[in-house]
Amino acid sequence: MAFIKAFMQLRPIVKALGRHKVATALIVLQVALTLAVTSNALFIVATRIVHLSRPTGTDEAHLFVIHNGWTIGQNATQIDANIRTDLDTLRRVPGVRDAFSSYGYPLAGDGSYISVRPKLKPDQKARGPFAMIYAADEHTINTLGISLVAGRNFRPDEITTFGPNDKISPPGIIITRSLADKLFPDESALGKTVYFPGGPTRIVGILASLQGSISITRSSDGDSVLVPAHYVDPDGVWYLLRADAADMKPVIAAALKALQARGGVRVLDPKHGVVTMAQARERAYATDQSLAMLMSIVSGLLLLATAGGIVGLSSFWVSQRRKQIGIRRSLGATTGDILRYFHAENFLIVGGGIVLGIMLAVLANLGLMKVFYPLPHMPLYVPLLGALLLWLLGQLAVWGPARYAAKVPPVVAIRTE
Amino acid sequence: MWGYYVALALRSSARSKALTALVIVLLAFGVSACMVSYAVFRATTSDPLPAKSSRLYVPQIDNFGPSYTWQGEPPPTLSYTDAMALWQSHKASRQTLLYPAAWQVESDDGSTPAMSLGGDAVTADFFAMFDVPFRFGSGWAASDDELRATVVVISRRLNDKLFGGQDSVGQAIRLDGHIFRITGVLEDWNPKPRFFDLGTNGHTEFDDAGDIYIPLTRGIAMKKDSTTYNGCPTESGVYDTSRWDARLTSECAWIDAWVELATPAEVDRYREFLHNYAGQQQRLGRFSWAPNIRLRNLMDWMAFQDVTPRASSLSMLVSGSFLLIVLVNVIGLMLARFMRRAPEIGIRRALGASRAAIYRQFLIEGATMGFVGGLVGVALTLFGVWGAGGLFEPKIARLVHADASLIALTVLLAVAATVVSALYPTWRAAQTQPAWQIKINS
Repeated sequence: MAFIKAFMQLRPIVKALGRHKVATALIVLQVALTLAVTSNALFIVATRIVHLSRPTGTDEAHLFVIHNGWTIGQNATQIDANIRTDLDTLRRVPGVRDAFSSYGYPLAGDGSYISVRPKLKPDQKARGPFAMIYAADEHTINTLGISLVAGRNFRPDEITTFGPNDKISPPGIIITRSLADKLFPDESALGKTVYFPGGPTRIVGILASLQGSISITRSSDGDSVLVPAHYVDPDGVWYLLRADAADMKPVIAAALKALQARGGVRVLDPKHGVVTMAQARERAYATDQSLAMLMSIVSGLLLLATAGGIVGLSSFWVSQRRKQIGIRRSLGATTGDILRYFHAENFLIVGGGIVLGIMLAVLANLGLMKVFYPLPHMPLYVPLLGALLLWLLGQLAVWGPARYAAKVPPVVAIRTE
Repeated sequence: MWGYYVALALRSSARSKALTALVIVLLAFGVSACMVSYAVFRATTSDPLPAKSSRLYVPQIDNFGPSYTWQGEPPPTLSYTDAMALWQSHKASRQTLLYPAAWQVESDDGSTPAMSLGGDAVTADFFAMFDVPFRFGSGWAASDDELRATVVVISRRLNDKLFGGQDSVGQAIRLDGHIFRITGVLEDWNPKPRFFDLGTNGHTEFDDAGDIYIPLTRGIAMKKDSTTYNGCPTESGVYDTSRWDARLTSECAWIDAWVELATPAEVDRYREFLHNYAGQQQRLGRFSWAPNIRLRNLMDWMAFQDVTPRASSLSMLVSGSFLLIVLVNVIGLMLARFMRRAPEIGIRRALGASRAAIYRQFLIEGATMGFVGGLVGVALTLFGVWGAGGLFEPKIARLVHADASLIALTVLLAVAATVVSALYPTWRAAQTQPAWQIKINS
């Protein structure tokens, strides 16, 4: 009922606004710009937060990695022997639940991964889907805290070696479900053969999920392959360890100490060469985090600024129209009528801004998509939600001035200032 | 007169406290958001070598061909073949080739445990070209490049660690087990962005510079691999690191090249030289495509390599829009503020004030508010710069700082922005008809 009453007043409101063209245009423009900027900014925040809160699939709270460099002059056989001895030692360190060696680790970042594009046929011309390789052994699944959804784990006798220049051809591999779905969208991938550069290999197991080293794409970050081998790179190797307790400091110290007992073969960097998964996550998503934070702060400030502007201009209008309000009141308008007048007026102005703003918002999104890859299309409900927010904000902002206006006594009409 | 207008502005501000405070706070936030973003942007796009960046150029030669280049851009680095050809032609007053390499470093007597440290394999001109400061000694001579000498220049940091900060020139260290003689120790040298190996190193532009510099010819002779991934015009895109000689004759691009060219004429000559070189390779049958070369100076090179972090350019964009919205807001509030004073303007005009005087009065009033807003903005900017550590990655945040120019710019921007937004309201104020205003109030 009140709503209909308010709309009855639309004609005089529009007429009155015509007398304040510039001031009205300014608020409309401001609301439009605010809507365009905040809906895009908050959309970026949302995409970043979705992106950075993806789980790696591992038991992140208990994982850490140690980078272990090898001293010059060791061949592949020596390195493999070192890795086996080291893993034996590490698995026996009190507080270490399990350990394995690999190249790179989840969220390690661009450049710390070995990639492969498995093909379905040996003579296939088209490139296979991109996937990241983890060197793994029978302890990998337990160390990472990941789980098989089908198939089996590696057996100790399957573990071989591969180096930086070897064309990999393992007898069996374990892949993640996301990669399995890409390779074999219509059937189970378990037991199927795929082709690596070094030859055919069978899929013996499928993991629920395991993120690779990279964290910047939307579609390929979770496409990992476990290869049953030790990675024998003369430069070094990563040891991935799972601790029993969440407080990993003592375990890290103990693990380093255990490795240093045979310090002659290796180069350790306790400061930069030890990374917990929490640190890796923070590093990998630092940019996303700062973007989300910045955009939220600016959006908040913007909404406040717009609210402030509405309060300021509405109060000015109220003070200008004291006399008219007094006349309306003495002719029988209730305080409710006056209140409704200002709320309806604000509703109209903000509405104008919203129409313009939604168009601007969509344009801005298209522009941003060109510059900032990988930003998806903004669904229309984002600016619509923004519009709702601005309408509410406008009504809230005008509430004070409108109440002030409603308090104008009818006697003002006959008073001369 | 100025003082009088300022006093008038302050008095009218005292009469409408809330409105004035609103304008000032809005301005302060808008301006400081821009300035904090600018401080970050400035830090990430700053010229690492202001004195000579315009003379340093990166030559690029397309040896990949149309099927392996992206949008026709030549690879950012050179193949060994092309790098050596350019270097040996001596067409620039100074030139350097380089690639990043990591080493296992030990002191000669083995007293310190082995460390893994990074650096670059460079040629003799590197130090002079990039104004690298020396604490002790110097770089090596061009003849050492020819001789593939086992000489090394180390960072001050490494010198402190191995030699306790003493002059270590002439002493030896072991790199990957080989003895190298130290010819120089650098001062703290950490150009930001790390521009010199941008082509090979990719996204490490805000990392610290390395500790070890050896002659590139020695690195090649030792078959020392580059630490970074580099492109090859092959199906896999990577090279086989086990076959070194094949790598040197391959088309894989992995060497950064720089030339110093003093005058535009020299730049033109060098560009022509590059073009002719590529043309010659085409005639020889090595390239089956027309010469496709680039010669970019340092700043263009950094822009091309997209050094500025995404977060920084986006925050610049968003804070710019924020300021724009604030200004629209301020125009509205100023309009309200000035129109409210129509009677006062009417009386002033009736008493003989010219339109120009009204313009002056209200623009000065705008500027005064802008100035106050600017002062508050300075405080907010300082706070924002201090808080940048929580917003940006640590390695970027530590580059951000406030200085006199940033503070001056904050105030200037605030005043300029307010004066601009006061233009329309002032024009409206000056249109006030004196007679009409006086009549209404009689």
